[in-house]
Amino acid sequence: MSLNIIVLAKQVPDTRNVGKDAMKADGTINRAALPAIFNPEDLNALEQALRLKDANPGSTITVLTMGLPKSAEVIREAIYRGADGGIVLTDRALGGADTLATSYSLAQAVKKIGNYDIILGGRQAIDGDTAQVGPQIAEKLGIPQVTYAEEIVDLKDGKVTVKRRLEHGIETVVAPLPCVVTVNGSAADCRPRNAKRLMKYKYAVSPSEKASLPEEKQALVDGRPYLQINEWGADFVEADPQQIGFPGSPTKVKTVENVVFTAKEARHLEGADDAGIEDLIKELITNHTIG
Amino acid sequence: MANFYTDNPDLRHHLTHPMMRKIVELKERNFTDAEKFDYAPLDFEDAMDNYERTLEVVGELCGGLIADNAEAVDHQGASCSDGRAHYADGTVENLKACRQAGLMGMAMPRRFGGLNFPITPYIMAADIVSRADTGFENLWGLQDCAETLYEFGDEDQKQRYIPRVCEGETMSMDLTEPDAGSDLQSVMLKASQKEDGTWVLNGVKRFITNGDADIHLVLARSEEGTKDGRGLSMFIYDKRNGGVTVRRIENKMGIKGSPTCELVYKNAPAELCGSRRMGLIKYVMALMNGARLGIAAQSVGCSELAYREALAYARDRRQFGKAIIEFPAVAEMIAVMKAKLDASRSLLYECARYVDLYKIYDDIAKERALTPEERKESKHYNQLANALTPMAKGMGSEYANQNAYDCIQVHGGSGFMKDYACERLYRDTRITSIYEGTTQLQVVAAIRFVTTGTYKALIDEYAKEEVRPELQAIKDRLAVLTEMYDSAVKAVLEVNDPTYTDFMARRMVEMAGNIIMAYLLVLDANRTESFTKSAQVYANLAAAEVTRHAEFIRTFNRDDLNAYLQH
Repeated sequence: MSLNIIVLAKQVPDTRNVGKDAMKADGTINRAALPAIFNPEDLNALEQALRLKDANPGSTITVLTMGLPKSAEVIREAIYRGADGGIVLTDRALGGADTLATSYSLAQAVKKIGNYDIILGGRQAIDGDTAQVGPQIAEKLGIPQVTYAEEIVDLKDGKVTVKRRLEHGIETVVAPLPCVVTVNGSAADCRPRNAKRLMKYKYAVSPSEKASLPEEKQALVDGRPYLQINEWGADFVEADPQQIGFPGSPTKVKTVENVVFTAKEARHLEGADDAGIEDLIKELITNHTIG
Repeated sequence: MANFYTDNPDLRHHLTHPMMRKIVELKERNFTDAEKFDYAPLDFEDAMDNYERTLEVVGELCGGLIADNAEAVDHQGASCSDGRAHYADGTVENLKACRQAGLMGMAMPRRFGGLNFPITPYIMAADIVSRADTGFENLWGLQDCAETLYEFGDEDQKQRYIPRVCEGETMSMDLTEPDAGSDLQSVMLKASQKEDGTWVLNGVKRFITNGDADIHLVLARSEEGTKDGRGLSMFIYDKRNGGVTVRRIENKMGIKGSPTCELVYKNAPAELCGSRRMGLIKYVMALMNGARLGIAAQSVGCSELAYREALAYARDRRQFGKAIIEFPAVAEMIAVMKAKLDASRSLLYECARYVDLYKIYDDIAKERALTPEERKESKHYNQLANALTPMAKGMGSEYANQNAYDCIQVHGGSGFMKDYACERLYRDTRITSIYEGTTQLQVVAAIRFVTTGTYKALIDEYAKEEVRPELQAIKDRLAVLTEMYDSAVKAVLEVNDPTYTDFMARRMVEMAGNIIMAYLLVLDANRTESFTKSAQVYANLAAAEVTRHAEFIRTFNRDDLNAYLQH
């Protein structure tokens, strides 16, 4: 069975290795000081999509991202790893969106894509940490949602079986298709970029990126349709101007305070032997808790 | 996460060597593949960009997954049961990731599904992989064998086997036997031709790296009654056909993730590759040269890790109120480690470029006749490649071992514990100066380039290069060392006794190597200033070494020879 898979991805500032200048005086993120990366859990979601594609030959993976025109980089990254193509939803009118306006805009884009079997996204983005956008999209599309997914165990007969990673253990649920699945960081890491795809698609650009290329590269893109990344605006996805960008965002930031992190998620490590302790130490080093 | 390509600007320096333009333009036949393959480069810059981007993928994979898995792979090791070898879990993960990243068959032509990379960037990938996990480099690096298939197999064999390698199937070269190690002429594995013309193999092979591979190249005796190398042919064995089992795997000191197998062939169907009787004389020699370059790269990767681990520890470890790197005794060790690393890496890529050039000409010669000028060039590059390969493997692996030793020394007592990577590195590195021909055999391969003047001619070419004024002093010193080398070689040859020449061979090859590497570092420093320190340190090392050997040869009393040779 071939599937139409949509992967939601976001280009985010790399907040995992923040320096002193990571925040501006007004409490907002200093995006210029942080490299833009593929949101880590969206990569976990992409891997689940690629596994579905491996198991169901002929499936297509379309990556949808909303952001500045430069977030086409996320689409290229996904294509290098095996996605078929992507759409950058970009428009000045979409700027300043909170999660409500973002999920509305993305849901409109999903409707425009039309025929889809499953929508996968990361649990949350590392810049906002809200974990709201995926679930809100499901609500707006009127389809089921499965959150905290760690593994898509099976997909057949119009149903998907998903293992969820919860604080107290693992839960396996079955949901009818189409549905939205948001994937946890504990899921399998995304496969690496593929050298051949990297060479084939490195000149893939969105129309606004293409405009700034030298002429011969523009001609190359024109001659190779697979190098064209779609770019959609708010009008194209028939978005209501009142529900997008600033006007569509009821969230207002009043003040920003520095807080000390407390435990956000529990991890149970089994075993009091050396291996168990070693795992714990590795985990703490990886999290930058120690070391 | 670390990226082992981007965190090491020295690699980019070697990748962007001026000679690469010629290599790439020849390799890509003026970029005609771009019309047939959507991933082929459009021009030189595009090709170089492809190499860099691919090496970034290699660097990311190595700095992340493969380096992270190295310790667990070392602990778990490969295993053997039911006649099969099994990789450690981490190795399985690594191989899967390399397949997904399309890093198998990198140097194979596109028509077989390869990336059509020149040897130089491919060898750079080997250098990077080895830094992450030396033992894994063996498994990954055996894709080299496809090169031999490509050079000597028939079209049908190429079409059946090479795409499988590019898809990620692994290879092995089954040469060694219990009674045929360094002396491959004694290979006994029997190849018998059946009435229908097909071949079967019977016998035992030992010490076969990755011996349970999907596709094997096997050296076997096809000519009954023969006893020497001329009775040996090369065969392809496909694991899918069955007939070969793994009797046991070796319990080794290092590279534990790489299964070293004892193989039993029982009527294993195989097909002849190339012509009968040419197995050892031609094909295995080619195979070994490729493999030796691979081990040279593996050695450089070990040296790199040794240097980095030692440097990090010496900066971190405090004694007597300061970091130990602030003590001259430790600082000197680190500087010398870096100089040996840089020297062996410069030699590695110099060698790789010559291998590239002659192999590309060889390949072009299959399509059209070479011009007389091209034939001359090809022959010249082939000779340089043959001269530098044993030197790069021999001296590079010795330096890697010295660096691994010093890396532990810098760690002090902690380095003797299993807590630091240097302990694994020390064990893993040890094999590099043994397999694919011991250092002593590399000297045997290299000595004729001392006696026929190939090294001297190459040194003279380097000496002609103009350099920045501040590097001139080093060059002047090297000119003096070259004279010492020349006199020593003449003195040895004048004796006109093969035993005496053999006795002095290692000293003469090392002198040539010291001078060549010192010049290469001067030229590196001339192009990229950051090499200046290593050029200075290595020149001092070379001066001390060359002088020591020259003095030994000059003052040696031939009456003492028996004291060395008779036991």
